[in-house]
Amino acid sequence: MTPLDTAFAASSVLAVVGGVLAVATRHVVHAALWLVVALLGVAGALLVLGAELVALVLVLVYVGAVVVLVLFALMLTRAPVGPDREHAPGPWRVVGGVLLGLATAGLLATALVPLADGTVERADVTSQQVAGQLFATWVWPFELLSLLLLAALVGALAVARVGRKEGSA
Amino acid sequence: MIHLLGPYLLAAALVGIGVAGIGLRRNAVLVLVGVELVLSGALVLLVTTQAAGADRWAAGSVLPLFVVTIAAAEVVVALAVVLAAFRLRGSIDLDARSADGPGAPR
Repeated sequence: MTPLDTAFAASSVLAVVGGVLAVATRHVVHAALWLVVALLGVAGALLVLGAELVALVLVLVYVGAVVVLVLFALMLTRAPVGPDREHAPGPWRVVGGVLLGLATAGLLATALVPLADGTVERADVTSQQVAGQLFATWVWPFELLSLLLLAALVGALAVARVGRKEGSA
Repeated sequence: MIHLLGPYLLAAALVGIGVAGIGLRRNAVLVLVGVELVLSGALVLLVTTQAAGADRWAAGSVLPLFVVTIAAAEVVVALAVVLAAFRLRGSIDLDARSADGPGAPR
């Protein structure tokens, strides 16, 4: 166990515990907040693997924007403050969901674990290299992404407006 | 030095937890929490390939950035759809039938 292994294990435990609580808690607002914990754990794991830029973007975009959006949506859909008994899944639903999750994790683990053949160095890709590649090799996908964001913005606005018009008519 | 077993197991666990969350939740907004966990598992795997093998064109760092961007766009559109459905039906229960849909109680 090198120090990096220990740091990765700590971040992984944080991510997994946060993830389990995010999908299992009865309080809807707590689910969004546990998602923050899980994503901070994932960001720590990415930091240990040597992708500082990705970790920072993950914290900025996910924790800063996506979780806030989810919290807003929960408020706008009149989420209860206490435990949400109205949307509690039935016992068969719980068993099925857990089995589905275990099967997916098991399938991925059996496919990936044979590939883990030893240790690797921490990747040493500087932000300068990433930026250079982003605006050279990846410039067309990058420009296409800005178009996608614009389309998502306009589409979300249009969908939200349609609902309002029908609701007030 | 990092052993590759850790990142691979973390990615598998995150995807499994996310899929379980998508299956478990009846609140439409909270299904998105599961989707985010699946996508973060994919991020871990992409960054691990950067550390594990020869990685051309810094793909192990650039592709996760693309995934994060697409996930943000996906969440915006999905929440707009959920809010529109809530306004029309008054409920975000994924198991509930709409009042005039097929199979509705008369």
